[in-house]
Amino acid sequence: MSAQTNAMRTPLANAEEMPFNAAANKPTLAKTITRLLLYAAAITISLFFLVPIYLIAISAFSPQQAIFAYPKALIPQTLSADTMLFFWNARGVQSALVNSVLVGILALIFSLLVGAPAGYALARFLFRGRDSYKMLILTTRAFPIVILSIPLAVNYIQWNLYDTLWGVAFAHTAMALPTTILVTSSIFIGVSRELEEAAQTLGCNRAQAFIKVALPLALPGLAAAAIFTFVLSWNETFAATILTQRNRTLPALVLAQIADVGAPLPFRYAGGFFLIAPSLIYIFFMRKYLLGMWGQVVK
Amino acid sequence: MGEIRIEGVWKYFNKGKVAALKDISLTVEDREFMVLLGPSGCGKTTLLRCIAGLEYPERGRIFIGGRDVTDAPPRSRGIAMVFQSYAVFPHLNVFENIAFGLRMQKRPNEEVTRRVNQAAGLMRIEKFLERYPAQLSGGQRQRVAVARGLVMEPQVLLMDEPLSNLDALLRLQARAELKRLLQEVETTTVYVTHDQIEALSMGDRIAVMEIGEIVQVDVPKEVYENPATLFVGGFIGTPPMNFMRGTVKSVNGASAITIGDQVIHAALPAHFQTGQDLLMGIRAENIEASTQSSPDAVPARVLVVEPLGSHLLLTAQVGDTPIKVQTRIDFPVVPDQTIYLKLESNQVRWFDAETGVRFESGEKMSVV
Ligand SMILES: Nc1ncnc2c1ncn2[C@@H]1O[C@H](COP(=O)(O)OP(=O)(O)O)[C@@H](O)[C@H]1O
Ligand SMILES: [Mg+2]
Repeated sequence: MSAQTNAMRTPLANAEEMPFNAAANKPTLAKTITRLLLYAAAITISLFFLVPIYLIAISAFSPQQAIFAYPKALIPQTLSADTMLFFWNARGVQSALVNSVLVGILALIFSLLVGAPAGYALARFLFRGRDSYKMLILTTRAFPIVILSIPLAVNYIQWNLYDTLWGVAFAHTAMALPTTILVTSSIFIGVSRELEEAAQTLGCNRAQAFIKVALPLALPGLAAAAIFTFVLSWNETFAATILTQRNRTLPALVLAQIADVGAPLPFRYAGGFFLIAPSLIYIFFMRKYLLGMWGQVVK
Repeated sequence: MGEIRIEGVWKYFNKGKVAALKDISLTVEDREFMVLLGPSGCGKTTLLRCIAGLEYPERGRIFIGGRDVTDAPPRSRGIAMVFQSYAVFPHLNVFENIAFGLRMQKRPNEEVTRRVNQAAGLMRIEKFLERYPAQLSGGQRQRVAVARGLVMEPQVLLMDEPLSNLDALLRLQARAELKRLLQEVETTTVYVTHDQIEALSMGDRIAVMEIGEIVQVDVPKEVYENPATLFVGGFIGTPPMNFMRGTVKSVNGASAITIGDQVIHAALPAHFQTGQDLLMGIRAENIEASTQSSPDAVPARVLVVEPLGSHLLLTAQVGDTPIKVQTRIDFPVVPDQTIYLKLESNQVRWFDAETGVRFESGEKMSVV
């Protein structure tokens, strides 16, 4: 129908409606230009991040001689697991990997145990100082860990936490908490209070209503927040380096190897790729979800 | 058994700045269907939530089945509640939604199945038991919410505007169905609505609320015919009750009332004094319109003529007060015409012009 009408109007439009069309085109042209600029910016930013990742990735899966070759081929000629295996079998890597996973899981558990109730309280209760509390949470993010690191290390030594996985996990928990709290609070805001009240009228006490209704509904969001903590912990280098000596997590180990003994290029590439991979996978699967959540936090 | 007694309940919000409920006292008899009616924001939901135990009143006591439940949590009050948003659990299918309360009571599986099926049958949703709420229409979700409450066989069923989220046609159908159902189950019910037609058609009694206070509690017929205040008369009925401001006069020794320059002879109670301002209230259907003048009729100029299918609704001006008049559909009238109105004398109500409170109808309150 509408196609027909359009077809019938075309000659008319050409003849008489030209001035209107020209006028109507102006804003669309501006729009097109804005859109093009936007795409150009997006592509530039993406390239800025993707090119190094790509180079690291192809190097990590190239045979060793290709890594030392110069100039580099932008498209890998041969693929090989040699480089990755070299890294995998390097001294300390496997135990550092175990450490990283353990620290990540501990940080994830602690941050949820502390952060989810705090987020829930922020979402559900109006209490004195609620807004200042929110600000406070955010300002902790502005505190550079570099300043804290020495006193923290000293305290850790006193508390017998130095060079333990627990210690690193606690530090990572502290770093992840602001995000965890704000994200979980936005998740719980999304779960209608009336659902919990309905559960209360049906025989639940407050805790049961939370466990049976709010928690299951918040679970996907909480899982995303938990994985976020894990990835943060997985990538965190500074605190892990300062607070450990022998029980290094993977990024701390890689950094130490590079700094102390100038680890060979294959080790660097493979290690770099190994560290990036989980974040990439996480962001790929969670991107939609995260955008939604942070959209809410910002609002 | 399921009698609700509310005694002097006050509820404040915003640190005491807003009084949402002001000294509410109300008794709902066992198995009675009580409607809380009032405009949006008058405190209906708040009162319902106080009964449910979801809000804690700052003052006053609440008794259910003779037991003081003011300090009891919602779960131990013997109530079930249907929320305005339905609050159906999105992560549970219809069966588990309805079974939720029974599962909390750790009832054996066979009993749960039997009772859920029975409640679902009652609400005609037995076909959807496997579905999730997201796959249901608004009307079906509303039924799930009602079934979830009924299955608990509560002493008291609380419903907050359960039909307000349905579209007009469905609402009409659901209203009749809900009424049939609640007659069957014979549970004490408190039903909140802002829709006066819903209240008139469903309630055993209606409690009319105005900004945090109950202004009248009575059977629908009484609330409609003898509104306690100006507010009630103006809120209930389509169209609302007509009000005309008048002054008591004495004409040739007989009492009369003047509205604008109209004199209406009326036998008024003795305590009305000459010069006193009154409001005369009368409903559109209690005014008889005629094209012929007669001594006991008041002339009025027609402003608007609205044919409403079964009857005509006229807006006519008496003095300078526009009033609504209902006539048969074939009444011959055009705008700007003068018609003559006879007020059914035993349907006239008198209200205090200052307080808006109706004067108790004395036997002699008739318009001549
Ligand atoms: N949780 C609350 N916090 C602050 N004010 C509230 C709250 N709940 C209700 N109120 C206020 O109390 C009054 C009555 O509200 P409500 O009971 O929801 O009215 P209704 O259900 O009759 O529309 C309103 O003025 C409303 O703004
Ligand atoms: Mg309400």
